[in-house]
Amino acid sequence: MTVLAVKGLSVAFHTESGRLEALKDVSFSVPSNRSVGVVGESGCGKSTLINAILGLLADNGEISAGEIVFEGDKDLARLDPTAMRGLRGQRIATVFQDPMGALNPVLSVGRQMRDIQYRSNLSKRDKDARSVAMLRKVRIPDPESRLAQFPHEFSGGMKQRIAIAMALMMEPALLIADEPTTALDATLEVATIELLKDLQREIGCSVLFISHHLGVIAELCDEMIVMYAGEVVESGTTREIFHNARHPYTQKLLACDPARLSQRVPRLPTIAGTLPDLRRRPSGCVFQPRCDRADTQCLDVPPSASIGGSHIARCWHTDVALEGIGA
Amino acid sequence: MSSQDLLQVSDLHVSFRVGGLAARLAGRASEIEAVSGVSFNLQRGTTFALVGESGSGKTTLARTLNGLQPVKTGSILFEGQELQGLSDTAMKPVRRRMPMMFQDPVGSLSPRLSVRSLLSEPFVIHGLSNRDLNAEVLRLLSLVGLPRDFADRYPHQLSGGQARRVGVARAIALDPVLVVADEPTAGLDVSVQGEVLNLLNELRDRMGLSMLIITHNLHVVRQIADRMAVMYLGRFVEQGQTEAIFRAPHHPYTAALLSANPEPDPDRVHQRITLPADVPSLLARPSGCEFHTRCPQAQDRCTIDVPIPAKVGDSRLTCHFPLNA
Repeated sequence: MTVLAVKGLSVAFHTESGRLEALKDVSFSVPSNRSVGVVGESGCGKSTLINAILGLLADNGEISAGEIVFEGDKDLARLDPTAMRGLRGQRIATVFQDPMGALNPVLSVGRQMRDIQYRSNLSKRDKDARSVAMLRKVRIPDPESRLAQFPHEFSGGMKQRIAIAMALMMEPALLIADEPTTALDATLEVATIELLKDLQREIGCSVLFISHHLGVIAELCDEMIVMYAGEVVESGTTREIFHNARHPYTQKLLACDPARLSQRVPRLPTIAGTLPDLRRRPSGCVFQPRCDRADTQCLDVPPSASIGGSHIARCWHTDVALEGIGA
Repeated sequence: MSSQDLLQVSDLHVSFRVGGLAARLAGRASEIEAVSGVSFNLQRGTTFALVGESGSGKTTLARTLNGLQPVKTGSILFEGQELQGLSDTAMKPVRRRMPMMFQDPVGSLSPRLSVRSLLSEPFVIHGLSNRDLNAEVLRLLSLVGLPRDFADRYPHQLSGGQARRVGVARAIALDPVLVVADEPTAGLDVSVQGEVLNLLNELRDRMGLSMLIITHNLHVVRQIADRMAVMYLGRFVEQGQTEAIFRAPHHPYTAALLSANPEPDPDRVHQRITLPADVPSLLARPSGCEFHTRCPQAQDRCTIDVPIPAKVGDSRLTCHFPLNA
């Protein structure tokens, strides 16, 4: 079953200097019990995508085309605000990048975890018991006594684990994790990934995991999409993409990751050029101005070329594999 | 101090007082040592990296070298000059030789100043405004690979990578010998991170710079640093040549940090060393080897005896039972 299906989604913002198309024809789906990663660099539309799903687009933004089907029957792009509010925090939960910003500094952790359960009919004592159980699941030692403590009394890693506990409290169908490990140290980062994996299995939810860190996506996600300038340029299983990337942008992105280099190199690979101005999208392929494989064909909109299985790359020239990658 | 040594730090201690007036009156106030007994040499033309988890004292150490934090005891010899105890006025010419790049590329630039003013500022501060500032600004922009018309932009009009380049330009404005960079690539995209590291490597070669880099990204360390030190609770637990440490770490903490590096390969089988997440408080340092509360190799002796820094191969480390020895 599919928990979330995004079909042909386009989002535009009206700015003083004109209309800006932040997302263009984005399609992907999140199957139940699976983790889907979204990779892309700053400005590729990751945050806009989350905000569109959660119905939190800024006032000058609008969904200009497409639908966001949640649990088969609700189109989030057209849902009224009250119904949307009922879904957020209950069926769709979110963990953000900054754990301090996600917790209220002047309320105790116990109070905040009780507040999250405002829709449940349990007694105060039962709600607290659930909070304790949840904190134990995210491996906070001595949870009973820690309920009375305030966010500043916890370390950064613990705060992020509390934020995860709060997000999973209502056993959502979909967890959206927006760079949840970026602010953490490497040792905490891997611990948090392991924790998310275990909890996802235990609770049986789907995860939409946004990150610019390729290593984290490789460890956590079953499937992934690669975004560039508001478009999905490649999608498939994590294995297909890491071992057999076919879109030139994905290949360059993978090659840039210093984690792939087992020794020191005189010059690190980079991607020449800059992101296009989204008010004036290049015609045809959006990556063509920065692509060394570009030719006249690329001035036409590229097809969604099937590479095999679920693996799709939006490019005219998908026949070149990247050497030395995945080997 | 050999003629090759640009910076020589010996047995440096930096402490902070904790607890307010009430705690002091009640006799509960105490001190934490954020940097504790750190010694290292940085040779001319080389890059030294400091790594460690949040709160390990990396930034405090860098700020102390720059005179932004008073030294408790110990010595900092920079180009043969003792910096410990220097007044702010006496530190000023030193900072010209040893500028610091702070974390957060955009946040470390004043939002009210244009790039032109930002790049002229070092000259004004050091009383060099008689130079042709416009020419200097253009020279710096070309050195860091930014177009000339960027001089009239403001920080909010820059991307993270461009803002970082402006930060680099400010740091190299007055022909320094040592650049101290605190997390120079944190928060940047991978492709932009590569550009910034290439720029730093290139400037180092071209200007004969030395660099002290603080980072928690080990992949970055491998690409830029000749030597590295791993900090834990304000102390160096292992220091040595970067390549040697990556090949065969001796301290269990270094080994755990190296294994905690997520790698972009879904099929990789991880031989991961998982550490208990909680770092001890500096107010209550563990007995014996301070890492024993989290160390997978800890034995009885580690809880009692304090390990003495020892040489294993080229590395110096503090561990009773070093790995790969």
